[in-house]
Formats: sequence, C-alpha cells, structure tokens
Amino acid sequence: MKFDTPATTNPIDRLKVVGQPLDRIDGPLKTTGTAPYAYERHDVVADPAYGHVVGAAIAKGRIQRMDLAAARHAPGVLAIVTAANAGTLDKGSFNTARLLGGPDIEHYHQAVALVVAESFEQARAAAELVRIDYAPEPGSFNLRAAAGSATLPHENDITGPAETHVGDFTEAFARAPVTLDETYTTPDHSHAMMEPHATLAQWDGDRLTVWTSNQMIAWANADLAKTLGLPKEKVRVVSPFIGGGFGGKLFLRADVLLAALGARAAGRPVKVALQRPLIANNTTHRPATIQRIRLGAERDGTITAIAHESLSGDLKGGGPETAVNQTRLLYAGRNRMTAMRLAVLDLPEGNAMRAPGEAPGMMALEIAMDEMAEKLGLDPVEFRIRNDTQVDPENPQRPFSSRPFIECLRLGAERFGWSARSPRPGQRREGQWLIGMAMAAAFRNNLLMKSGARVRLDKAGRVTVETDMTDIGTGSYTIIAQTAAETMGVPMEQVVVRLGDSEFPVSAGSGGQFGANNATSGVYAACVKLREEVARRLGFNSREAEFSDGEVRVGNRTIALGAAAAEGEIVAEDFIEYGDLDKTHQQSTFGAHFVEVAVDRATGEARIRRMLAVCAAGRILNPKSARSQVIGAMTMGAGAALMEELAVDTRRGFFVNHDLAGYEVPVHADVPHQEVIFLDETDPFSSPMKAKGVGELGICGVGAAVANAIYSATGVRIRDYPITLDKYLDRLPDVA
Amino acid sequence: MKVRLVVNGTPHELNLDTRTSLLDALREHLHLTGTKKGCDHGQCGACTVLVDGVRINSCLTLAVMHEGDRVTTIEGLGTPERLHPMQAAFVRHDGYQCGYCTPGQICSAIAVLDEINEGIPSHVTERLDGAPELSADELRERMTGNVCRCGAYSNIVDAISEIAGSRA
Repeated sequence: MKFDTPATTNPIDRLKVVGQPLDRIDGPLKTTGTAPYAYERHDVVADPAYGHVVGAAIAKGRIQRMDLAAARHAPGVLAIVTAANAGTLDKGSFNTARLLGGPDIEHYHQAVALVVAESFEQARAAAELVRIDYAPEPGSFNLRAAAGSATLPHENDITGPAETHVGDFTEAFARAPVTLDETYTTPDHSHAMMEPHATLAQWDGDRLTVWTSNQMIAWANADLAKTLGLPKEKVRVVSPFIGGGFGGKLFLRADVLLAALGARAAGRPVKVALQRPLIANNTTHRPATIQRIRLGAERDGTITAIAHESLSGDLKGGGPETAVNQTRLLYAGRNRMTAMRLAVLDLPEGNAMRAPGEAPGMMALEIAMDEMAEKLGLDPVEFRIRNDTQVDPENPQRPFSSRPFIECLRLGAERFGWSARSPRPGQRREGQWLIGMAMAAAFRNNLLMKSGARVRLDKAGRVTVETDMTDIGTGSYTIIAQTAAETMGVPMEQVVVRLGDSEFPVSAGSGGQFGANNATSGVYAACVKLREEVARRLGFNSREAEFSDGEVRVGNRTIALGAAAAEGEIVAEDFIEYGDLDKTHQQSTFGAHFVEVAVDRATGEARIRRMLAVCAAGRILNPKSARSQVIGAMTMGAGAALMEELAVDTRRGFFVNHDLAGYEVPVHADVPHQEVIFLDETDPFSSPMKAKGVGELGICGVGAAVANAIYSATGVRIRDYPITLDKYLDRLPDVA
Repeated sequence: MKVRLVVNGTPHELNLDTRTSLLDALREHLHLTGTKKGCDHGQCGACTVLVDGVRINSCLTLAVMHEGDRVTTIEGLGTPERLHPMQAAFVRHDGYQCGYCTPGQICSAIAVLDEINEGIPSHVTERLDGAPELSADELRERMTGNVCRCGAYSNIVDAISEIAGSRA
C-alpha cells in the first residue's frame, strides 16, 4: 500500500479497539516470568555451552601477546575465540568499531576474546586466566580539549546538514535589544537497559540461528551475515522479547557475533550475555555535547535571531550527536543558524540513545528559552506561545501537518496550576524546602519508514499477524493486535501476534519513535489485502463488505469471517510505503512538560514533587501503553537532569562508572506520581493510522524543565548536566 | 556439591558447582527463568526472590548456602491463566514495559507489604514507636532496590497501592 495522499475515513476510524486503553496482551507472560528472553531459551536449545567475554584493558593501541594456555587448560573449557583464530571478519554497516578487536584496539572493553566452557562458572573462571600484554598508544579522550580539532560531520539523511543559515543571524543578533549567549553541556549517557545484550547461537551446517535481544531484526540479520561473510538467507535472527533497548540494541553487537563464533568453534550451541560491567564501554552510548545557544529578541519577546551550535565526539568514522536539529523547527525567527562539529575521540562508540539529538538538544535549548523569558520579563509559557510557528521556519511554504503546540502549553499551564508560580526565583518555601516550578517544551519529529506484515486467517476466524517488528516494552504486541482486530472486525482474543523473527516480513523495527505508527500501518495494509481476498472468496464486493463482530456483511447477507478460509488458510502480505507527505509537510510531535521540585535549603538535596506532560502525537493507539511510554521517558529525562553521567577517565580513556552501582539511574524514590495528558487529535498526513510516535517525545525537554525548576527554587542557574547538588550547594540562599 | 532446595513447594536435589549463585541455580539448572539476571552484582534487583518468605537478591548468594531453604520465585506466585493478585494489578496498571525487571518488582512488592504489616520501619518511617504507614512514600522507599529503566515506577506504585488497600 502506498500512502501518498492524506488519509480519509477508513476502518481504523471505527475505534472499537484501536484507541482503547486495553491491558497489554503480553502482560500475563511478563508478570509471571514466562515471556522468554534471549538467554532463557531452554525451549529451543537443550544444552548450550556458556561464553564469557574478555574486554580490552586499554582504550587504544595493540595487543602484543595473548597467552591463552592457562585458560585453555582450565576445567570445562571448550574453545577460545580471538581475532587471531576467528577467520576473516567483515564489519557491520552500522558498526563504527569492530565487534571483535585485536591486535588493534579501538576502545576500552572492546571484546578481544570469548571463552567457551561447559558451565557459566567455568567460563568466567577461565576468562580470568587469559593473559594479555598491550602496547597502549596515546588517544584523544577529552571532548573540550579536542574542540580545536573538530571538523564538519559527514552529512546524511539521519544527521541532516552540518550547518544551516537562514537570513543574517550575525547582523540580527547584533541589533537585537535583548540577547542571550550561553553554553550548555550534557555528559555521555548509558542506555542501561535491564536485560544485558544476550544471544544464544546455533549452527546447523552453514545455517546460523541466533536468539537475541535486538530492536531492528533486519539490520541485525544483514550485519551479522555481512560480518561473517554469509548470505543473509543463511542467517535467522529471533527476538520476540527484549528487556529494554533505548537505542542500545538497534545494532548488531558483540554478544551476537561472539556467540556465533563461539558456537562454531565449540561445535555446539553457545550463549553469551555481556557482563554488566562491560556494557557501558563495550556497547554504544549517547555522546556528550557542548552546546552554544544565542537568542536575540525584540522587547516584546519576538525572536529575531536564533543560533544553536553543538560539538560532540566519536570514534573515527562515527557521527555527531545531532543536538541542533530541533532548533531548526521549534520556534519562529527570521534569522537563524545551526552548526555541528565532530571531534575524533578514542572513547567507546557513540550512537543513538532515546531521542538522539533532540534529548540533549532540548536539554540546552529549553534552559536557554527559560533564561531568555526571564530577561524579557515574560512568562516562559507566553514567550513560547509568542514564538510559535505553523510553518517550517526555514521554508515557510512548508506547513506542519499538525502543530497544536500552543494548546499543549495552555492546557498544561492550566492543569498544573501555573498561575501560582512566582516569576522571581527562590521565593517559595515550605519548611526546610525551597520550592520551584518550571516548564519546558517537548518536540520530536515523526519519521515515516516502510513496514511490512503478513496476516493469516484460519477457518475458526482467527487472525495471525507475523512481522519482524519488535516489542521493546513499547506495547507493539498490543497495538498490532488492536490494528488487526479493528481492520478485520474480530475481538482481540481472535488475534495472535508473532513478532521479532527474520522469517517474517521486514518492518520499521523499534527506534526513533517510528515503530508504532509505521508497524501498525504495515499491519493495516496487510489486513486490507486480506479483506479483499476474503471478500473475493465469499463473492462479495470488497468495497461494500463490512467486517465486524467476526462476520462479513453485505446488505442482508452475513457470513462468518472464518468461512472464507473453510478450504484452507488465507495468507496476505503487504507493506506500507510512503510518498512525499513528509516532504510537503513537516511532521512532528509536540508537548509541554511541567515540573515542581523541592530543594533542601541546607543540604541542597533536590526532589521532584510533581510532573505533568501534555502531548500531541496524532492518534493515540492505546492510551494506557502510550502513557507508559511517556512516563518512562519523563523518568529517563529526570535521570539525565539530576544524576546520569558516564564519568570519563581522560587519561586512560574509559567510562569509570561502568555498572548499575556507579551509573546512577532514577529509582522508585526519585519519581513522584506522573500525569500525562494526550490531546485528542489525528494526523491524516502521517499514515492510515493517523498516529505519530510518542516514545521519545516524553524525554525531549523534560530535563530542562527539571533544571529550570531547580533555578526557580534556588535562584542558581546550572548549565552543566547533571544538576548535582555540588554544583549549587555553595550558592543556595542563606539559611535564615 | 549436593544441595536440596524447596522451590515453589517442590523439593529439588541438585548437584552444583560451589560457585553457582542461587540465581543461576534457578535459571540454568531448574530452568526457572522468570527470575532475571540484570547485573549479577546486587545492583538492580531483577533477581529478587523470597527465601523463607524474606526477599533477597538471588545473585548475591550461593546456592549451596541454602540447604533446605524454601524459595519462592515469580513462577510460584501465579501463572498466565491464574495470576496472583499482585501480578494482575501490575497488568491492570501497566506497571511494566519491557518486562525484565517485572518479576523482581512483583516479588519485592509482596515482601514489602509483609514488611510493613510486620511493623518493620524504613528510612522514611516518621515514628519508630508505631506501625509504618502504607503510604506511597513508604512503598517508593522500600521498592528502591528494584530498578526499572523503562520508568514504570509511577504505575508500579499505583499497582502496589491498590493491593495494599485491598488488604487493609
């Protein structure tokens, strides 16, 4: 199905199932521990051997000598895989560094060996016996120090242009009566998903199957085949349940490759889970940024000049953190510029983490907007409303498909009790607590991706959906079942959803908040095809046939849906693909975050007391699971604001706090009750589902809202995340 | 080394490496994979089980230290067809996303309500001379050893509060 004109009325609009806040269909499995994750597939492989990964102990240099003798002779050891004995390996097209290092080392904890043994304990003990002599080389590990050597990043569809210029920013900024010129920093972040990257690999002759934990089945399939020099058809990737990803499992990672190599070397199935202390340095992370923002405005608050520049680093051949891109679209302003610079760093590989670009970009931009509102003497909500734009500011001929940004701001202000806020910081106290209230905008683009699905109808009227789409906690199983149930006119109980297998049609996958809208649209397309075949078999005109209550109706004639498959299962396959509606129209999602914090006036301890997000993201396919996406993103954003930071050892070149004790993420005690309101809207330009993504919108801006609330409470402005109390303790208002 | 465990009411006699954690005994030897390994270092709580009714991180204890102990895992609480009330509350309140921390959250939640019921104070308990309150703050404090990176905390506390309320 090609989607190239805005959607009109279609079966989804019935909203008997789609749009309902249904419990997730995978809930009973997940809450009873019976959903099988990659390392737990006793059901498919009876007796796997265990692999333990050895990570490089230097950031850059060479392995001079590897002594495997003691490890090889340790009890239970079956094989040891290293670059020296693994044979020729290519590199995946999505990988920057090789997944099996040696003799050259590209980053700290790059995998350099896999020890395979009969048991987990034996593999772990033997791995300790691997002796490696390194010849370290000096590397570049300090982003600030590398700024001078930074260059323009290579441009592609994902990063966008390295620089943009509209009007004359320099002149407009110089003439503006009110200006702001500040620098903000965000640190490296770790996805820290709860399930470690894990894979069970089994060879059958030259055919390889991996049960793994991956967000993008087709990418993993292609990159595993490429790395091993196999045709894609010889490799099967299965990933029905994923214990969190957040971008960290978008790509083929070392667990998959090493399990495959280990299984080949040991001559039997092998499973590998990356040890938690390896994950932060072995896998990808969100790169740190240094961002400069300049705003110029008339005294009435009209922005006349807006500039956003961002510096980030990555391994040679890597890409930038695209922290400036939202600034091209979020606010009006005749004169504007953005610029990205990329420095080569020898730290672990930087890559996508939840809302790449926008998450750190909005953390900076939305503090700047708060600061500018104060300079202008304007309410921060009103300042944003005055600078709303209904068209692409760089190209006014190009409207937004839908942009109820002002509605989000106004509704949020009303529901949060914004009128009680004092415009001057440090005014409100409750006993030992300084109370602050603040807000920030939320913004994230909606991306359109081709997505396929196959649907089967049996004679019992049961509909089975197969697609390689993944559910990383997002609710894919449920919204796909809702889509099929709505389109085919059957109850939810009559729908079976099978996901995450490279033998199924290629979907959009899970990433960039593009999964829900695109994957359900692909399922809708396949169901429309199935409806046509059902109608044909029943002798109906498919345009007149009505599918509901498990029946097909035309006029007075009613036949059970399953009757169409009386002679055998009907299978239909299709995909959604898109025309240029995302070129003619800018498709984005919008929101407003409101936060109240309390800061202990003596100790500086900051507590978030209230959080509200108002979101506009097209049709909400399941308000219950969509709300969970938003509260989860708000929680991760709160972590970025208050605690999350991979600490860089700039001498040795690695992230020091590389486990869940050192890398602090929000816990129960950090998170209050969270409120989410979705605007009731549909976006007919996005897809037949009229939906847009929501899983990343919730993290965009919330960090700045927390930062602004701490300013509101204390009067201390911190521009370097995370906002830990050591950065403002000495500047708290005097304790009376 | 031989060890006898009673897991979810069923006695098992296992012959284990002395280095095998209780967690790996459950997951790799008894194939009870509902108990999760998130960190293997006692940092995340995904491996929480009940040993003689008390919650512990099963990754931080060796299986051979539990001779004769009664272990309850998530599989011992309910099944997809017959959910434990706490499991059903998690489903109703969408108190999970990826599902990987969920069994640990549920085991902890059940133990937390027992701990409050027994009058055991926490860091946020205001008075030590009375029964701790069944407040959201008490639940958040006591559940803090169970990390949920998906950020379902707000819903998890709603789910536990509902069950706590129905018990009160």
